[in-house]
Amino acid sequence: MSDYFAMGGYAVYVWTSYALTAVVLIGLGISSWRRLRGLEADLAAFEREDAP
Amino acid sequence: MNWHRFASPSNFKRLSARIFPWAAGGAALCLGCGLYQALLVSPPDYQQGQSVRIMYIHVPAAWMAMFVYANLALAGAATLVWRHPLAEVAGRAMAPIGAAFTFLCLATGSLWGKPMWGTWWEWDARLTSVLILFFVYLAYMALNNAFDDGARASAVLALVGAVNLPIIKFSVDWWNTLHQPASVMRLDGPAIHPSMLWPLLAMGVGYTLLFVVLALVRIQAELIERRLGALVQARLSAEPAA
Repeated sequence: MSDYFAMGGYAVYVWTSYALTAVVLIGLGISSWRRLRGLEADLAAFEREDAP
Repeated sequence: MNWHRFASPSNFKRLSARIFPWAAGGAALCLGCGLYQALLVSPPDYQQGQSVRIMYIHVPAAWMAMFVYANLALAGAATLVWRHPLAEVAGRAMAPIGAAFTFLCLATGSLWGKPMWGTWWEWDARLTSVLILFFVYLAYMALNNAFDDGARASAVLALVGAVNLPIIKFSVDWWNTLHQPASVMRLDGPAIHPSMLWPLLAMGVGYTLLFVVLALVRIQAELIERRLGALVQARLSAEPAA
C-alpha cells in the first residue's frame, strides 16, 4: 500500500499534480455554482419587489 | 434557424436543463473510470516509471486549453459578425474555464518536467506558446471587464490570438524542443499502447463534458446578471427625478 503511494519515488510530483487539478477544477465548479445560485436568488427577490 | 431565441434566459435555461444531467452524469462516469484506470490499472512506463501517471491529467488539460480557446474564437467571430448576444455571454463565461485548464496544463507539465527533464521550465517553443495562450486568456478576461464595449474588444483579441493554436500544435515539429511530439492525434494513428490510450481518452471525454457542465452553469449566471442589470436600469429610469 505505502509502496503504491510512493509512486516509485515520484510521489511528490504525481500527487501534487493530482491534488492541484482537483483543487482548481472543484473550486471552479463550486464558485460557478454558488454564483449562479446567488444571482438566481437576487433575481427572484427583485421580481418579487417589482410585482404589484 | 433563429439562434437568437437561445439567447433569451428562459430558453437557454430550458435547453441547459435538458443537457445538464447528461453532461454531468457523463463527466462523473468518464472521470471516475478514467481516474481508476489512470491510477490503478494502467502500467508504469518502461522509461518514466510511475511518473507517467501525470500524463492522464496533463494531456487532457492541454487538449482543453486549446479546445476551449477554439470555442472562444468562434464566440468572438459570432460576436463581431452577427452581434449575437449569446456569443458575447458565452465568451465571457468560457474564458475563465479555459484559463484554468491552461494553468493546469502548465503546472502539471512543470511537475512532470522536473523529474523527467531535470527542469521545471524551459523556454522552448511548446512551453512558451502555451504560456502565451495562458496570457491571452488573462488579457481576454481583463479586456472584457475593462469597459462598456469590452465584449467586442475581447472578441477581436480572441480571433487574433487564434493564430497561436496551430503554433502550439505544430511547435513540436517546427522547432527543436524538449517536449515530445504528438502521440495520440497523428495522421498514422496513436503511437501509444491501448493500456494507456483508453484511460487517457476517458479523461479527455470527462474533461470535455466537465467543460460543458461548467460552461452551462456560467452562461446561465451571466444571462441572469445581464437581466438583473437591465431590470435595475429600468427601475432607475422609471423613478421620477428628485
